[in-house]
Amino acid sequence: MLTATKISGQLEFLYGIMAEFDDPESLLAAARRAYAEGYREMDAYAPMPVEGLADAIGFRSNWVQRVVFAGGLVGAVGGFMLCWWITVIAYPHNVGGRPLNSWPAYVPITFELMVLVACITAVVGMLALNGLPQPYHPVFNIDEFARASRDKFFLCIEASDARFDPDRTRHFLEQLDPREVMDVPR
Amino acid sequence: MTPADPVTIQIGRWQRNSLLVGIAGAVLAVVALLIDRQQFLRSYLFAYLYWTGMALGCLAILLMHHVVGGKWGMLIRRLCEAGARTLPVMGLLLVPVLLGMSTLYIWARPEAVRDAGIQSKAAYLNVPFFIGRAVFYFAIWFLYSHLLSKWSADLDRTRDERLISKMRALSAPGLVVLTLTTTFAFVDWIMSLEPHWFSTIYGAMFMIGEMVESFAFVIALMIILSKTPPLREYVTAQHIHDLGNMMFAFMVLWAYLSFSQFLIIWAGNLPNEIPWYVSRLRGGWGWVALAIVIFHFAVPFLLLLMRGVKRRMNRLFQVALLMIAIRLVDVYWITEPAFYGQRLSIHWADLVLPVAVGGIWLAVFFGQLKSRPLVPVGDPRLQGAPRETVAF
Repeated sequence: MLTATKISGQLEFLYGIMAEFDDPESLLAAARRAYAEGYREMDAYAPMPVEGLADAIGFRSNWVQRVVFAGGLVGAVGGFMLCWWITVIAYPHNVGGRPLNSWPAYVPITFELMVLVACITAVVGMLALNGLPQPYHPVFNIDEFARASRDKFFLCIEASDARFDPDRTRHFLEQLDPREVMDVPR
Repeated sequence: MTPADPVTIQIGRWQRNSLLVGIAGAVLAVVALLIDRQQFLRSYLFAYLYWTGMALGCLAILLMHHVVGGKWGMLIRRLCEAGARTLPVMGLLLVPVLLGMSTLYIWARPEAVRDAGIQSKAAYLNVPFFIGRAVFYFAIWFLYSHLLSKWSADLDRTRDERLISKMRALSAPGLVVLTLTTTFAFVDWIMSLEPHWFSTIYGAMFMIGEMVESFAFVIALMIILSKTPPLREYVTAQHIHDLGNMMFAFMVLWAYLSFSQFLIIWAGNLPNEIPWYVSRLRGGWGWVALAIVIFHFAVPFLLLLMRGVKRRMNRLFQVALLMIAIRLVDVYWITEPAFYGQRLSIHWADLVLPVAVGGIWLAVFFGQLKSRPLVPVGDPRLQGAPRETVAF
């Protein structure tokens, strides 16, 4: 009874447990081990893109791609319909004896609007999906974490994970040969 | 590479098979020549342009790779060098075109003197100058392919990194020279089939098109070779992703240039410009044009947008095969309507000649390929994968 209170008390203020590594290879290996161990709610932090790291922590979302594709489609259809509406409905003029619906002339606008809307959805969709800008994030409670944007590599297993247990998770991370293992307070 | 290397034996087998196909095709080509000389020359010109384009595209990729020095190019460099070294043979294979000039090009016929439009261009379009220019183009192309191959081989041996900047210094102006010479070459060899018509975007359009076909070819070959050492140790998903992106970018640039030419001529609708499209959109040619729009742009555009296609070898391989095939159709559509205007007719020689010239080209290519190590072992940038592209 006492232990249960202690653990739930700990869990309340604990965001997760973080391990610090010196190089991308160790981080990648650690992320793979943690995923194989069954941990899913985790995040890896590195100062530069690390090939295969997103796969290693099980991040397989392609929602940005889908949103951008939909945006591109909307832009293309919208651009074409805009040109068609202007030249056929709103201002029907005979230009050089061509039919009102002269589609080759619409193609540049269609293409440009496709690119424009796809780019805007990429930026907005990316921000909406990754939750940025985010004024507060618990990982910054650790001073050492400032080096994540310089020369150190971090793996944080979050307390929300189903397999998370303060002692066992800490023990597991310590096996991975990190520089240091730290509790991340909320 | 030693002669006993499994990959050398494999390439040697491909070389022999290509040569057999080339010889069989050449025999049929001679039959075509004996039956119908005019048809033979027309089919030969288109087949020749396709495979010369393959070699020139390899040279263009090689120059670009030396200028920017990205890791994407490290694993295809030897393939591009071998492709560029086939150019002397392509120079020899131009001889049938030169011998058949008066059959192929109306400006080279005696009755051209009665045509005022052709007469005004006679200072450029005449037989001796045409031959002289062709010799000049091949001399320049040979110089570049020879020097870059030689210095690259020296780099393997000496590991002297000054050679890298030497190759870059040669390649940067080389890109300008190559663009100008190929533009003039395609004006000479294809655009002058219709001497009254002109388009300034034509050379760039054709050059980018041949870079697409060369990218497709080296990507497909690299994927096949990556099953065995030495390439197996180097190829990563990021390499083929980058190469897929490059092919995608050049394919879109090709579409941009092709459509620009179409839009300008369509909008102008002038009697000296529009016949080029009229003869390429009427009488069955319109279906060929539609197939090019769909399979040279729409389908590969959608497929290569997807990250999953560019990072999986077998999928990217299939897209590369599609591009290799559709480029042949595009070269056919650009070249042949000059002869058959407004009526699509495919002669059996049109199918045989690309195989014959292709067999010979591939035999020379594989012969060149096995003479060097398959990866530039002396280049320090060979190690490791390219940086992951965050964008797409």
